[in-house]
Amino acid sequence: MTAATTASLASDDARAAVRRHIRSRLATIGIYAALVIWAFVSLFPIYWTLTTTMKVAKDVQLGHLIPWVDFQPSWLGWRGLGLSPDTWASTSTVRDEFILRFTNSVVVGFGASALAVILGSLAAYGLSRFEYKFLWMRNRDISFFFLSQLILPPVVLALPFLVLYKELALLDTHFGLIMLYTLTVLPIVIWIMKDQFDTIPNELDEAAQVDGLGPWGTFLRIVLPIALPGMVAAFILSLILCWNEYFFAALLTSTDAKTLPVLVASQTGSQGINWWTMAAVSTAAIMPLVVVGVLLERYIIKGLTAGSVK
Amino acid sequence: MANTTAAGGRFIEAETNSVSARRSFIGRSLIWLAVCAFALVVALQTLDATGLWRLGFENWRPTLYAYGLFCVLLCSGIVLARGERGWRALFLLPAALFTVAVAIFPTLFGLSIAFTDWNLSSVSGQKFNGIENLVQLVHDPFYINALLNMIYYVCAVLFEYAIAFCLALLLNADVKARKFWRVTFLLPFMLSPVAVSWMIGKSMLETRFGPVSRFVRWIGVQTPSFFGDPVWAKIWIEAMDAWVSIPFVMILLLAGLQALPKEVQEAAKVDGAGPWQGFWQITFPLMLPVSVTAIVIRMIFKLKLADIVINVTSGGPGGATDTVSSFIYREYRDRSNVGYGTMLAMVYLVIIVVFVTILLNVLSRSMRRMT
Repeated sequence: MTAATTASLASDDARAAVRRHIRSRLATIGIYAALVIWAFVSLFPIYWTLTTTMKVAKDVQLGHLIPWVDFQPSWLGWRGLGLSPDTWASTSTVRDEFILRFTNSVVVGFGASALAVILGSLAAYGLSRFEYKFLWMRNRDISFFFLSQLILPPVVLALPFLVLYKELALLDTHFGLIMLYTLTVLPIVIWIMKDQFDTIPNELDEAAQVDGLGPWGTFLRIVLPIALPGMVAAFILSLILCWNEYFFAALLTSTDAKTLPVLVASQTGSQGINWWTMAAVSTAAIMPLVVVGVLLERYIIKGLTAGSVK
Repeated sequence: MANTTAAGGRFIEAETNSVSARRSFIGRSLIWLAVCAFALVVALQTLDATGLWRLGFENWRPTLYAYGLFCVLLCSGIVLARGERGWRALFLLPAALFTVAVAIFPTLFGLSIAFTDWNLSSVSGQKFNGIENLVQLVHDPFYINALLNMIYYVCAVLFEYAIAFCLALLLNADVKARKFWRVTFLLPFMLSPVAVSWMIGKSMLETRFGPVSRFVRWIGVQTPSFFGDPVWAKIWIEAMDAWVSIPFVMILLLAGLQALPKEVQEAAKVDGAGPWQGFWQITFPLMLPVSVTAIVIRMIFKLKLADIVINVTSGGPGGATDTVSSFIYREYRDRSNVGYGTMLAMVYLVIIVVFVTILLNVLSRSMRRMT
């Protein structure tokens, strides 16, 4: 080994280190660039809708994008809805209509999610803890029976329900919609809750039984409090799905129980609608969920990933 | 030793003999009462509906109430008759009774509609017509077209998966403010497809003032028309649906990535394998089970695609973007054709069930071969 070769080796090492350093720098820049690009893709439509609520016709036509720089924001879109500060005090039929649809969505969404979480949690706990046998069906088959409802496309149920609800005088009622929405989210709730109960050790139940609690006492007093985060996750996920549901609502409601998505859709159909009002309606429809998404993201992810990673 | 057997003996005794004969009898009578009462109401309503015996029911509500009563009586009867086992069954019964009433019964009822000629707007009412609907369906070019479109939409899930995988890898990398990026990327999933139809489909893609048209014109396309050309219309509808649903796939894959053992990924780096090789040889194979779950769930949801198509293109141009759901929706909305529409839906259900079964079988078989 001569001194020269050692030196060249050392400089080779140094050069390799520099190269590695540059490469990792480039990789970091690339990663952040990709993150920014996709964040733009995710946020721009929301940003566009939000700003359009405050544009006048000229700003829309000229494609102005940035408030206060490009254009002077006004309350135009919100005034059309009767929700701007200056129209807030006066009566507005548009606003009443909007608030009615909003309340309908809240009632149906919360009703269906609550019912689904109650029914689903009970069934999931049973399936997770006890051995059932009904005709030829055992636990696995019963679980599959519930989950297979997920495949059922809404369109298969839509027309039979239309006829049935007509006969039952349930068309255009909150109750009717709640039943259907509960059905659509029930498999998801059972899926999430079964996963949740499976992670709670059975020893807890056994200890409670030794203390003299029956299955229901064990469930209500011991297991339920532990499974609460899972229930919240299931509830929020159900709420999102019910809030956004359009297909059944469009077919089965007309005046009384019409929900927000149907209102939004009925506005898009008409040509030459004010963009700003339409943007305001859309914004009002998505904002509750955007807020929920930002605040409760942890639960949504918990709900979405239940049972998929094993 | 004697102690344990005694305890075991008592345990078995408690299991089998906890219900007195009297209580069991009351329970069983309750169940029979429930069945009889429900059957009676249904029979009366049927007689009334067929006109054999006019009883003056306004609608079928009494049957609904009778079903509610039936459920309550059945549950309490089972608890009385079977004791501890009844209490256990009570966990499952509400969900089961609910599903039977709201999913199984309507589906069977739908089958009975599917074989009739029934237009809600005509006065002639329901008429049994055998397989005529089925014959009409086979010769319906629009339905076949919608089915073929579904193949395209389902295949497009793979593109969504590819993008979602990239995003999940990005979020799994060592980045600052990871929570901010995650929330941002998740947001589109929260939005209602109907609102998205307007926000993107009607507003951003508007040919004169929409920002996307402006951008496209700036690149040099003189007359942008996003939903005029069949191929582009398909792509844009898919893009909108992908925008809403990629976050869902991404979250599943991200959870999978985070569950991977750290040593495995470290090992990939130390072995001198580049990040590209490391991904294909280690991360990707390990992620296969999660990937398959995500893709299958996404495909199942994709088969229900309707809202965006109904609100943006109504299936146009010339049926290029039609999905089965949106086609049946219009079949009902425009023609009130309940009988034919239900047959279309039932055939679709059969196709879906066959498709999903084959898919799951093939997947589980190939997964087993790989591991």
